[in-house]
Amino acid sequence: MFDQLTARGCAAFGMLLLILLALPMFADSYLVSVVTLVLWFAYVGQAWNVMMGFAGQLSLGHSLYVGLGAYASAALFVHFGIGPWAGLWLGMLLATLAGAVIGVLGFRFAIRGVHFALLTIAFAEFTRIAFDHIGWLGGSGGFFLPVGDAAGSSPFDLRGSPVLFYYVILALALGALALCRRLLHSRIGYFWLAIREDQEAAQAVGIDVFRAKLAAVLISAAMTSLGGVFYAFFYNNLFPEQIFSVSRSIELILAPVIGGIGTLFGPIFGAFILTPPGRAGHLGY
Amino acid sequence: MPLDLYLNVAAGGLLTGLVYGLAALGLSVIFGVVRIVNFAHGELMVIGMYAAVLAAGSLSIDPLLATPVVAGLLFAVGYGLQRGLVNRFIDRPDHMQFILLVGIAMMIVNGLLIVFGPDSRNAQVSYAFDAIEIGPLLLDTVRVYAGGGALTVAALLFFFFRCTLTGKAIRACADNQLGARVVGLNVERLYAFTFGLGAATAGIAGCLMTLLVDVRPQLAPEYTLLSFIVVIVGGLGSMGGALLGGVLIGISEAMAGFILLPSMKSMFSYGLLILVLLLRPQGLLGKRP
Repeated sequence: MFDQLTARGCAAFGMLLLILLALPMFADSYLVSVVTLVLWFAYVGQAWNVMMGFAGQLSLGHSLYVGLGAYASAALFVHFGIGPWAGLWLGMLLATLAGAVIGVLGFRFAIRGVHFALLTIAFAEFTRIAFDHIGWLGGSGGFFLPVGDAAGSSPFDLRGSPVLFYYVILALALGALALCRRLLHSRIGYFWLAIREDQEAAQAVGIDVFRAKLAAVLISAAMTSLGGVFYAFFYNNLFPEQIFSVSRSIELILAPVIGGIGTLFGPIFGAFILTPPGRAGHLGY
Repeated sequence: MPLDLYLNVAAGGLLTGLVYGLAALGLSVIFGVVRIVNFAHGELMVIGMYAAVLAAGSLSIDPLLATPVVAGLLFAVGYGLQRGLVNRFIDRPDHMQFILLVGIAMMIVNGLLIVFGPDSRNAQVSYAFDAIEIGPLLLDTVRVYAGGGALTVAALLFFFFRCTLTGKAIRACADNQLGARVVGLNVERLYAFTFGLGAATAGIAGCLMTLLVDVRPQLAPEYTLLSFIVVIVGGLGSMGGALLGGVLIGISEAMAGFILLPSMKSMFSYGLLILVLLLRPQGLLGKRP
């Protein structure tokens, strides 16, 4: 997967990877938790990038998919005792369904640019207020996962030490990077780039614009919902006010915007630049 | 008499909606002319609210009387913003403009949080609990004043764009930027003027809003989204549409808050937004592009 990187780029990426893999051996738990957060933002940034960076569809409501993934897996775990490795499928299903609704409606009715972005916000906000009123999921008072006691703390339930979470999110981030790279050099990836640059021209050469854009939304939604599953089990508390909020959606897109929209390493780079200063700010209090 | 009750709720919503409509009018003016989506609109409005609350608190000036001063202040802020920052982003893609204005919005909200803290503040007026009786309707005096103020300012804006030379020049920029340049209009200055005008309108809406609600910095993003909903529902670039959208949202919020739950009221606004986006993307009174 490194064929288009320069030798120096390869070396830098290899070094970074080695440091990241070995990090829990020499870093304290605080640093590990900060890098976990960095990787989380890199992961969801990568997911958002599929939609905006590759296919050119601006979504400002990605917190919707984070929240759906988080609530679905958490509800299965708390109410039915089904672990996250099974629950994530429900989260992905719900998020792709939501993405399908937004995508089909938005693209069928030819809503573009600012209006499409507002449509994504509207759906996220609508869902936020709806979740505020679902008593079964805690409503606006919050939904809490039991913090791993000795009996239930198995990796199969994603209950465990910060190091476990660290490696899970590292695997997710690397997986997303590999997936995005594959997508970008596939048939659909080239379709996306064509649509991003000029939708009319893409349509004129025979690309099924509707299907390609919808595919971008679905893939992006499914990937983002996994980030939500991780969020739920890492933080153990969910509030509609936080997880579905517009400011969460904005937080998600900052890393790829800073790092470079439409690039593979942009979201990772951006997350490493943005997240640590934000955390350091918390130390002051 | 339940019908009277519903009528009263609807009338209250209508008057509040006029203030929403005024705020949205500012957004509509900026988007219609400068083609920038002002994601810091609610923040400008909240600055206006704080200015009014401060004037009422320390100098005991009625928020209604403070409107000209607040409008001037916000005009300067808007003019400066457009001249200094936003103007450089005019030709950039949507998402960059969005990030810029969201950044400005975040700085304003957090600045207000640092200066004023997160607690609610309000402006005390002597007529806060008075009511005016019109037939079966019993209207809060503050709502009547706020709605009347909003209508007056909207009429002034309408007059400005129809009848003054500057107003006509701004409309020319909106219709055809290149054409406006060709006939010798200073487009940059007119853009800055328009942005200032939109910000001043938001500030006045904020002033009027202090009569109705307590102000917190966290209100700002809500008002930004609310203004968007109103503008999209009513129709971008249509002044009557912004007011109509505001009234519709105001009434639907009041009704939903009364019949269902107050906390569910904005769900209906977003539902209305989704419906309008899908069925009539140009808005109720907007023209098809």
